Amino acid sequence: MKKLLILTTALVATGYAASAQELNIVSWGGSYTVSQVEAYHKPFTEMTGVKINSIDADNPATPLKAQVEAGNVSIDLADIELSDAIRLCDEGLLEPIDPAILPPAPDGTPATEDFVPGAIQDCAVANIVWGTVVAYDKTKFPGNEPSTLADFFDTTKYPGKRGLLKTAKRTMEMALVADGVAPDQVYEVLGTDEGVARAFKKLDSIKKDIVWWEAGAQPPQLLADGEVVMTTGYNGRFFAAEVGEGKPFGTIWDGEYMDYDLWAIPKGAPHLEDAKKFLAFSTDTQRLADQAKYIAYGPARKSSNALIGLYKDGKTEMAPYMPTNPENMKNPIWTDPTFWADHDAELAEKFNAWLAS
Amino acid sequence: MTDATSQMITTADGKPLKAALAASLAVRRRRAFLLVAPLFLFILISFIVPIGQMLFQSFYNDTFSKNAPALVEWFSTHPEGSEIDESAYAALAADLAQMKKDRTAGEAGTRINYDVSGTRSLFTSTARGADKFKPPFKEAILQVEKKWDNPNVWRAMRSASSPFTLDFYLAANDLTRDESGKIVPVAEGQAIYKKLMGRTLMLSLEITALCLLLGFPIAFLLSSLPMRKAMLLMILVLLPFWTSLLVRTTAWMVLLQSQGVVNDLLVWLGLVRDDHRIQMMYNETGTIVAMTHILLPFTILPLYSVMKTIPPSYVRAARSLGATSWTAFRRVYLPQTLPGIGAGGLLVFILAMGYYITPALVGGADGQMISNMIAMHMQKTLNWSLAAALAAELLAIVLIFFWIYDKLVGIDKMKLG
Amino acid sequence: MALPVYASPLERLWHYTYLVICALILLFLIAPIIIVIPLSFNAEPYFTFTEKMLHFDPSGYSMRWYDKLVTFGMQNPEAERGAAFWWDFWHNATWMQVTKNSIIIGVCATLLSAGLGTVAALGLTRPEMPFRKQITAVLISPMIVPIIISATGMFFFYSGQWLPIISLSGGVHMEWGRLAGTYAGIILAHAALGIPFVIITVTATLSGFDQSLVRAAASLGANPRTAFFRVVMPLILPGVVSGGLFAFVTSFDEVVAVLFIANHDQQTIPRQMWNGIREQISPAILAVATILVVISIALLATVELLRRRSERLRGLSPR
Repeated sequence: MKKLLILTTALVATGYAASAQELNIVSWGGSYTVSQVEAYHKPFTEMTGVKINSIDADNPATPLKAQVEAGNVSIDLADIELSDAIRLCDEGLLEPIDPAILPPAPDGTPATEDFVPGAIQDCAVANIVWGTVVAYDKTKFPGNEPSTLADFFDTTKYPGKRGLLKTAKRTMEMALVADGVAPDQVYEVLGTDEGVARAFKKLDSIKKDIVWWEAGAQPPQLLADGEVVMTTGYNGRFFAAEVGEGKPFGTIWDGEYMDYDLWAIPKGAPHLEDAKKFLAFSTDTQRLADQAKYIAYGPARKSSNALIGLYKDGKTEMAPYMPTNPENMKNPIWTDPTFWADHDAELAEKFNAWLAS
Repeated sequence: MTDATSQMITTADGKPLKAALAASLAVRRRRAFLLVAPLFLFILISFIVPIGQMLFQSFYNDTFSKNAPALVEWFSTHPEGSEIDESAYAALAADLAQMKKDRTAGEAGTRINYDVSGTRSLFTSTARGADKFKPPFKEAILQVEKKWDNPNVWRAMRSASSPFTLDFYLAANDLTRDESGKIVPVAEGQAIYKKLMGRTLMLSLEITALCLLLGFPIAFLLSSLPMRKAMLLMILVLLPFWTSLLVRTTAWMVLLQSQGVVNDLLVWLGLVRDDHRIQMMYNETGTIVAMTHILLPFTILPLYSVMKTIPPSYVRAARSLGATSWTAFRRVYLPQTLPGIGAGGLLVFILAMGYYITPALVGGADGQMISNMIAMHMQKTLNWSLAAALAAELLAIVLIFFWIYDKLVGIDKMKLG
Repeated sequence: MALPVYASPLERLWHYTYLVICALILLFLIAPIIIVIPLSFNAEPYFTFTEKMLHFDPSGYSMRWYDKLVTFGMQNPEAERGAAFWWDFWHNATWMQVTKNSIIIGVCATLLSAGLGTVAALGLTRPEMPFRKQITAVLISPMIVPIIISATGMFFFYSGQWLPIISLSGGVHMEWGRLAGTYAGIILAHAALGIPFVIITVTATLSGFDQSLVRAAASLGANPRTAFFRVVMPLILPGVVSGGLFAFVTSFDEVVAVLFIANHDQQTIPRQMWNGIREQISPAILAVATILVVISIALLATVELLRRRSERLRGLSPR
């Protein structure tokens, strides 16, 4: 046993020694993580010499919360959604972030004015604005392409399997909008029992045709493999598949679901100072504009828009693919972070019960 | 008796033989035990204790009680049925103010939310202005949030004011308490766990039956072939056994997906139209097929080792006495294989009950098992106490079958390969 | 199994039907494992046989997915394949890192479980062992308890800060550490999961062991130590090795405990496969699968040889 303890000690000690000068960053994986690696991680490592370990999660907020609550934090920085940023901050699981560490825009506008409204939170800073949209396989609907959320739920006119995100959030709102609820009234409706029942009823109408997905990289894959003919998913992923890989995908921008992704630092992060440095670095004007070169998400700073150029292939204009393009933003659902901070647990429970029934 | 003891046989050095034998037996027992002790301790510390600690959470949850000391105090001095008066609201206000300072309103609210849905926001929104409350507190608080006069919220807080609770076992059985504290089933749309437990049992049963059905002929074939040929075929059984679980699951995903090999074959054979490919994955079918494949060797091996010991002369005798081959098989051969059927069937059933990886990958929504729900509460909703309660129930079922296995087969008879 | 000469035509018919059924079941067992091998050489990113593959057109096959395995995660995947390329591969390629982890964790866990397990099996098979049945039940339990329960239990336990460690950073001093997110944590977890296999195989070997051999050795003047190392050990060694192989395979194939207690430093092959299957299931996964199938064939062959050797040594060889 003594030998074992020594062995254990040695292994633990080496485990600790190896963790100097690095950052563990959790994000959503796939082409989104690739865009962050290219635009943020590589230049940061070059500048500071800090090695960055990029970790994938279905939703980075969940391992973050689990780690802080279990008292075993290895994450330094996580890319999370707005409602999670507010909720986790409320629960004291995140480090507060002083906006003063954020660099001003090139023309001197202070960061607090340069970021789009709501992008700077007490414990998190946004890097992108992104949309959840429906994409479809063009080859399956020649001459009769779907164009609205209602078409997504119409399996007689557009037969075939549908891919849907296996969470209450986003899925239920999109069902309601497809059912005719105006996007700005979605949360009013979803706040009532009748509204919840209405969303489930709409989902029931296609339940037998649904293939559920969980990780952001799955929907383009399901679509490309022919497992589904239409699926919800993150617009930047579809962009990467459509433009980057030449897949015959089309996008339904009607009822796109808008959200921020924010950087947040968990309480007890092992490399707090470097994490803050990285956060300030990656949300400066140039870095946010650079990211848009790799994936079609809107930068969270106004000053970045002017710097967005062409896609990395050197010929594709990014604008038509941006979720923030006015052409695409005709009927958007803006996420209500406080609604979800308060109702996530309850609706998730109902959603799971509905799934199992 | 006295006569016998007085003429006791003694050893050379004068000790009574009985005592000497007992002493030497004790020494040997201690030695045997000492050999086992290191491993036993190791398993105890690295395996049994962690599971015990996890299960402890199923009836111990202090996230509310540790953050609401004033309310805990109020509940302990005011028995059930007391009026929720100003003093109660004063305690609530004091706790909420402290929660705001410590940022624990979410944590405490989450605990009550498990019991009464929708109360988490009650805590967070009220706590936001809690440092400014002035007496009378009842009015001040009700002005911010009307829902605080819901007796069910107070009932839930009373119940959570003790860290020891059975609430999570109730939840794990689709039960809850009404306002008077009576145990009632949850609303129809929210019942989920009993159904899931039933489905887990059902799926395990189906998979066990399939494994026995497919395993029996193979084991019989292997036992009736000459040794060398049997060994060759045995490799076909053992190779899957030695192949990574993830590899086999991946292989089934490749075979079963709608653009996969099986569907392609069916289309090519003209059995299925190209635009009506069969959905075999992301549903129950996927789980059953893949798990049957993965667990099949666990029935074949015990069946084979039992069948090998059955002398063929019994069946021959039955035939010579006029039994048809079917009767001889049913009345003479089959009963002798029962120990193998029991061993293989029970083992597969026990292993299937706890499966997680395969259903998670190929199960879709309706091929999920109870393990997947435990994982979800562990990793996503972070309702660890409920996860622990579900785990305790699953563990209890598995241990019952393990006990049956021990009674019928004997754990020391377990064999691999 | 030959058909008796007195079999009726109906029985003959049934006999051949039965053989066909058996062939189909064996096909069910083996086909999924074999099918991934050719598909991993697919030139297209599909999971099914393309026209070209079916016509054995060489252009339908390629090594591109194996190439992707090599380059995935490297800093300069496009570099020329010289020393620098392979240095990069050794240090940065994702699949290389997870392979190293799988081997380190697998070997350490195996040594631990085989060592402790063999000693315990020696005690368990002694006739005077007290509480044998109860203790065996406890030792076998890691195999029976659903893995999700074991893994979550370990997650909480290993997250606790109770491990005394000697830290070398900033002068030697002692501090409290935790096992979650360390190699030691995963090794202990995997050792616990592998122990039932060692116990089962080694006790099976020992139960066939002729105790009179030890007495014979003793009567010829060997002390217990000599008797153990010269007589017992060589005879039970095949059992120990195959038990160890089982334990190694258990660790090599384990993903749930890794999901719960490892952090990014200790990702293993199955953990990376889990990622790959859930995220982008490309034929690269099939390339990994193919390599693993080849490894399992090698392991199976080893165990088979060991078993035969053991039976020969104990005079139980078939016919």
